[in-house]
Amino acid sequence: MTLLVLALPLVGSIVLALWPRNPDLSPRIFGTAIAAATLVAALFLLPGLRTDDTGEAPGAALNPRHEVDLPWLEVIDVRLHLGVDGISVPLILLTALLTLLGMVHNWVERPDRPALFCAMVLLLEVGALGTFMALDLVVFFAAFEVVLIPMYFLIARWGGPGGAAAALKFAVYTLTGSAALLIGLVFIYASTGTFDLVELSERGGGGISTAVQLAAFGALFVGFAVKSPLWPLHTWLPPAHTEAPTVGSVLLAGVQLKMGTYGLVRIGLPVLPEGARALAPLLAVLAVTGIVVAALACYTQNDLKRLIAYSSVGHMGFVLLGISTLTAVGINAALLANVAHGLITGLLFFLVGAVKSRFHTGQLDELGSGLWTRLPRLGFALVFACVASLGLPGLAGFWGEAMAVYASLHPAAGLSRPLYAVLAVVAAVGAAMTAVYFLRLLRRLVVGPVTVTTAPAQHHKVRAVDLWAIERVVYIPLLLLTLALGLYPALALGLTEGPVAALVQAVAIG
Amino acid sequence: MISLATVAAMAVVVIPTLAAGLGMLPGLRLRTRGARAVAVAGAVMTTVAAVAVFVTAGNLAQETTLLLAPFGDIDITTGVLVDGLTGLIVLVVAVVASCVQLYSVGYLQKDPRYPTYAAQVSLFTAAMMLVVVSGDLLALVVGWEVMGLCSYLLIGHYRDLPEAPGAAVKAFLVTRVGDIGFLLGVLLLGGAVGSFRITDVLSAAGSIDPMTLTVATLLLLLGIVGKSAQFPLHTWLPDAMAGPTPISALIHAATMVAAGVFVVMRLYPVFLAAPTTVIVLAISASITMLLGGLCALAQDDIKRVLAWSTISQLGYMTGALAAGGYTQGGFHLVSHAAFKALLFLAAGVVLQHVGTALMSELGGLCRAMPVTFVVTLLGLLALVGVLPLSGGFSKDAALESAWAAVRGESSVLSASPLATILLICMLGTVLVTAAYATRLLLRTFFGEPVPGGLDENRQRAGDPGPAMRWPLLVLAVPTVALGAGIGWLPDYLGTPLAAGASAALGPGPLPGRLTPQPTESLIAAALIVLGAGATYLVWRAAPTRGPVRILRRSAVALRRGLYLDEVQHAFVVRPYRRLATTLSTVDEVGVDGLVDGAAEATSNLSRGLSRAHPRLPNLAVTGLIVSTTVLVTILVVLS
Repeated sequence: MTLLVLALPLVGSIVLALWPRNPDLSPRIFGTAIAAATLVAALFLLPGLRTDDTGEAPGAALNPRHEVDLPWLEVIDVRLHLGVDGISVPLILLTALLTLLGMVHNWVERPDRPALFCAMVLLLEVGALGTFMALDLVVFFAAFEVVLIPMYFLIARWGGPGGAAAALKFAVYTLTGSAALLIGLVFIYASTGTFDLVELSERGGGGISTAVQLAAFGALFVGFAVKSPLWPLHTWLPPAHTEAPTVGSVLLAGVQLKMGTYGLVRIGLPVLPEGARALAPLLAVLAVTGIVVAALACYTQNDLKRLIAYSSVGHMGFVLLGISTLTAVGINAALLANVAHGLITGLLFFLVGAVKSRFHTGQLDELGSGLWTRLPRLGFALVFACVASLGLPGLAGFWGEAMAVYASLHPAAGLSRPLYAVLAVVAAVGAAMTAVYFLRLLRRLVVGPVTVTTAPAQHHKVRAVDLWAIERVVYIPLLLLTLALGLYPALALGLTEGPVAALVQAVAIG
Repeated sequence: MISLATVAAMAVVVIPTLAAGLGMLPGLRLRTRGARAVAVAGAVMTTVAAVAVFVTAGNLAQETTLLLAPFGDIDITTGVLVDGLTGLIVLVVAVVASCVQLYSVGYLQKDPRYPTYAAQVSLFTAAMMLVVVSGDLLALVVGWEVMGLCSYLLIGHYRDLPEAPGAAVKAFLVTRVGDIGFLLGVLLLGGAVGSFRITDVLSAAGSIDPMTLTVATLLLLLGIVGKSAQFPLHTWLPDAMAGPTPISALIHAATMVAAGVFVVMRLYPVFLAAPTTVIVLAISASITMLLGGLCALAQDDIKRVLAWSTISQLGYMTGALAAGGYTQGGFHLVSHAAFKALLFLAAGVVLQHVGTALMSELGGLCRAMPVTFVVTLLGLLALVGVLPLSGGFSKDAALESAWAAVRGESSVLSASPLATILLICMLGTVLVTAAYATRLLLRTFFGEPVPGGLDENRQRAGDPGPAMRWPLLVLAVPTVALGAGIGWLPDYLGTPLAAGASAALGPGPLPGRLTPQPTESLIAAALIVLGAGATYLVWRAAPTRGPVRILRRSAVALRRGLYLDEVQHAFVVRPYRRLATTLSTVDEVGVDGLVDGAAEATSNLSRGLSRAHPRLPNLAVTGLIVSTTVLVTILVVLS
């Protein structure tokens, strides 16, 4: 099943890349079908995930299910070792879902060269799924890098007027991060002689000297920080998001940003626990700085997509803060916040894209206000998404961020309690600042007297339709999941809890 | 075994949630008539369930717990906690919400956005009920914040009203500032106890490290002060009057703003275990009640008078709680909910039928609107605290808790100077309340109508139709008769849930005695006569100019809320904006500039290199550099 989940989009992508150049619907139908099949296949990963389902003792630090272990590059001891557990499956499902919704959204967005576009999206999915499934460091790195290529083209080829420059910045920035990541992985291999994650997790840093752990974790830290992104390594994100097409933005926020934080949890913590303990406070400080800076930056943004992009930096700050506490609560919170951010910010980028496509501008001062009155359904969806993103309790965004703050109030033994307490307070203030800019956004665009009709839509003689049926199909799953995860977070936590407990135990002993 | 009380307590949350869901489902476009049916039926069914909770709650606590979120070291659960406090407040919320839903049918008769409005009111009801019945602190936070959201949405209901969006944002943000503290307080408390279940927290209250407990309760207090519009976070409430009047009655008078008071009562043993917090609560209450009363004296808009009055009365409740009067504070919460909701709904009638709520443009309405006049009179008498109306008993009870603290009978604030200050502030509030209530009554219903403008309005002035009249009459009943409850209320409310805590705390709080004491009641009555009489005399000298004229310049300051809005603007809002502009420039130009600078330096370097070497494609150069770096690293590490 693991291989099938990976093979489906890969084959689909290759087929679409070779598709004859025609503008009709066939490539979109095929792409959607492949994405839907991948999601269905990914759902089959769910059974047998919980440790109590199999009756096995949850002793191991990493206890993968649905394992595949095939020889690959035997010369350097690299095996195609794949598998999933409760930490990765929520992200795999999120990736498969957002890819499918992105495919469906192509019916409204209508990119030129649809076959190629769909091929890129599926290739992106292959990379992301591979990253989340990899149990071998080289496979992980390869998959991590694969994602870069389709995203570069999505931004450069199908993006806005500044797409080429933004894509270049994105590519160079991430490549630099990848170089650091690779160095870190090589450090690990040099000390242990293996790339196998299960084995490395089991060792829990055994055999790697403190100095090497520090250096290796530092290198991984940089690599994952660029991807996450961690302040101050985030400046590639706003232009990339601003220029990317809607689907690109959604996948960038919903899938790609998760790879960095996933890497930290999957590789950084269990393999290099000493390095993690040493650098955790730095991670925490930068994460919280990111929360505050992002909230302030959002307050002054005029471009909708740029605003949402900056808000991502803040949300990922909570995720990174959770990880940096090295506690079960913190890591569970981070994983939950990861999924929640993917759903909510994905929805926000879809909605912002809908606004832009209707009014041909994403600038707040050109858009005017009263969108809710003018287009009630789009307005409702925007209010819902903004409210979810500002962390309203009862919706998905709240639990992860609140419990990240909790974890920061109660960090792991050995970490400075006063420092983390201060960070917890600052992060909580940052959460309130998130409300400030989202309410400003709503006030300027959504509520208030209707002036949005005077926006450029009139000049383009476009009848602004409230919501197309396709758009509803895309938004409703995200709306419902945001609500479901908010009302019953155990949906995700039930999966992550077990593996996280094992992981934290391993980190603490190591 | 799930008891009836538990089922009913779940129902009071679920029913309005369903009503809200039906009204909000984007696919299901309810027309006005359908929306009315859903809203009113939902409210009535909620009331039935609430009566069931009230009857079965008695004096016992029970909890059913479901696992909501396993976070590893700590679990978030959800369950209901039903005791006398829950039973009482659930009933209050249900009754007021039903009255408001019915009243809104008439009040928003011609409003095209009524369906959305009604759904939001239902959602609010569900959220408030969740706060009241929740057995887990974090689930309580969910209700707490959803109430804030509904408040935000409903204040902004009139989209063409220029001040509405700003008022809505202000209400959300000011309370949100408090909620930073509330959430941190809950998280600290939960962490210290190892559980967020309220029963666990209460039974551990005595054993929590005192420092943690003080910090946690002070943080909680911040949220309570924000939600219950206490000084210094009260500034949002007068502006919130931009919302439709029934909303002001439900959310900004009877229920949501009382949620802060409710939480103090719910966690009473925890607060009592932190004496510093009780002192801060008493100080905030003392300032709030007098400030609110004085500002109410100078307002021109009836709704703003009532808003400041609410602030003042909430201070009265927290003051009673700070003095150890658990039952007394709770009693005043209930009677205030009844008479203040009544007063707001009556004010809504004036606003709708006359077209203005500015007292400078009103006068002499008692003939034209007799029903409205009578219910307003009853409401004001209760507000002032005239026996035997509900407010008379509850105000005397609250006062009595302060007297008891001064006499040293209570375990809290016992015989401290602060108790005396609190008592003086309470007595001063009685005086001021009598004055502003008298002024409101005289300027609206007596005297001659102001010449010009009103003649036309007076033609329309009249009592409302049944949808708006019945709620007034229903609410008039508890306004008048709640005093009859003083016999059984102490038993019903019981002592705060604290089986384990009370032992650790030593002597319990003030016994729940609600019977008025002769001497104390006489002193209060004398103050009432003084305040009302003086106002009447000043008014009679020049009815059209209003009695606040004798305050001269200070009236302007009071009308503006002692310029605390301006203070807030100068010290919080403007610095925040400046900080945002500066820091985002630093981030976008500075941090990004460093990156771009590095990129430029690199490309300059490569340009230099490529000039020295035969031209290579750019990508190849990058690839070469990266792979060389990697290879060198590998070699270094391996060797």
